[in-house]
Amino acid sequence: MNTELQLTEVFSMLSMLAVGGGSAVLPEMQTLLERYFGFTQTEFVHAYSIGQLAPGPMMLTVLIMGEIIDGLKGGIIAGLAFFVPSSILCFSVGRLWRYIGERPWRRSLQMALEPLSIGLMCSAAYIIAKESIFNWQTAVVAVIVATLMLRTTINPVLLILGAAAIGFLGQIHG
Amino acid sequence: MTSKSQQAHTPYNVSILTIFREFLVVGGISFGGGLFAFLRNLMVDKRKWISNDEFVVMLSISQAIPGLNSVNLAVLMGDKLRGPAGSFVAALGLLLPGAILVLVIGIFYGVNRHHPMADHILAGIAAGAAGLFSTITWKTGEHTFHRLKSLLLIVFTFILMIVVKLPLYVILLIVLPIGLFVYRPSTQTVQDDKK
Repeated sequence: MNTELQLTEVFSMLSMLAVGGGSAVLPEMQTLLERYFGFTQTEFVHAYSIGQLAPGPMMLTVLIMGEIIDGLKGGIIAGLAFFVPSSILCFSVGRLWRYIGERPWRRSLQMALEPLSIGLMCSAAYIIAKESIFNWQTAVVAVIVATLMLRTTINPVLLILGAAAIGFLGQIHG
Repeated sequence: MTSKSQQAHTPYNVSILTIFREFLVVGGISFGGGLFAFLRNLMVDKRKWISNDEFVVMLSISQAIPGLNSVNLAVLMGDKLRGPAGSFVAALGLLLPGAILVLVIGIFYGVNRHHPMADHILAGIAAGAAGLFSTITWKTGEHTFHRLKSLLLIVFTFILMIVVKLPLYVILLIVLPIGLFVYRPSTQTVQDDKK
């Protein structure tokens, strides 16, 4: 199968599986990219991390992943495949929802989806941490960023840029 | 949005261009997350397209449907304002600035990734992202972690994903029905939460 088709297939499937937000789908994304495109864990974590520097939804990182796999064209295909199907679904369900109105099961569905998507986010946190924390220097950087995130209101982009500076100045080895 | 009287009853004579521009601005300035705050500010406070109650309903629909919550929110708002075309330009505006920046950074990554200097910088960024993502997970799930039944489902999902390594759709098919049973409409938690 050609790369374009495969990219479309993988990312549109991930799009439809992204319950409770895009981060829930990160662990599955890592598995599929490794299986179909030989994407390494390091590439995955790099792509995810770099994606955090851009404004807008953090899952724009799928564009970098597509780009690493198949150049600029791959990035655009991955983006379209990831954002279009779920948006069409949302559009349709939104209209249906307005038509049906509030039902008790809607609240139940939300309560059921919450632990599922948090569980998947925990899995993603584990995967990212496992790959990016490999010595005491990287552990210190992660702890500093986490602490500042919890204690202060500093913009996360500045924290990531700070982490990049520490990595550069401290000559952390990847 | 020209006069006060229009805001009260028929607030939806908003041009396609206005919708695109407003979402483009949010997509361009929302560095470092907090996208919901920006969207709420635009839709409820600045433009007064919807009330806060309507926003909460829209947000919960966005979360219940697959896809990115923020993009879903833009799709629903755009549809409410101008139908399918409104949905399209709202989502496009939200994604475009970040998408362009990400593609440009991606080109640099492709060219420089094996440079020793890039190695250090990327190691720092990745470690920072690990700290960042962990705290985002913690903050997003704070209420969910404190509910025992939900916590058990979280741990169960994590084990299926990381230890058993099941495909995601299988995990959804297993965990979602259990969750729906645990939180079926007649249960106390769902009743309490509605208040």
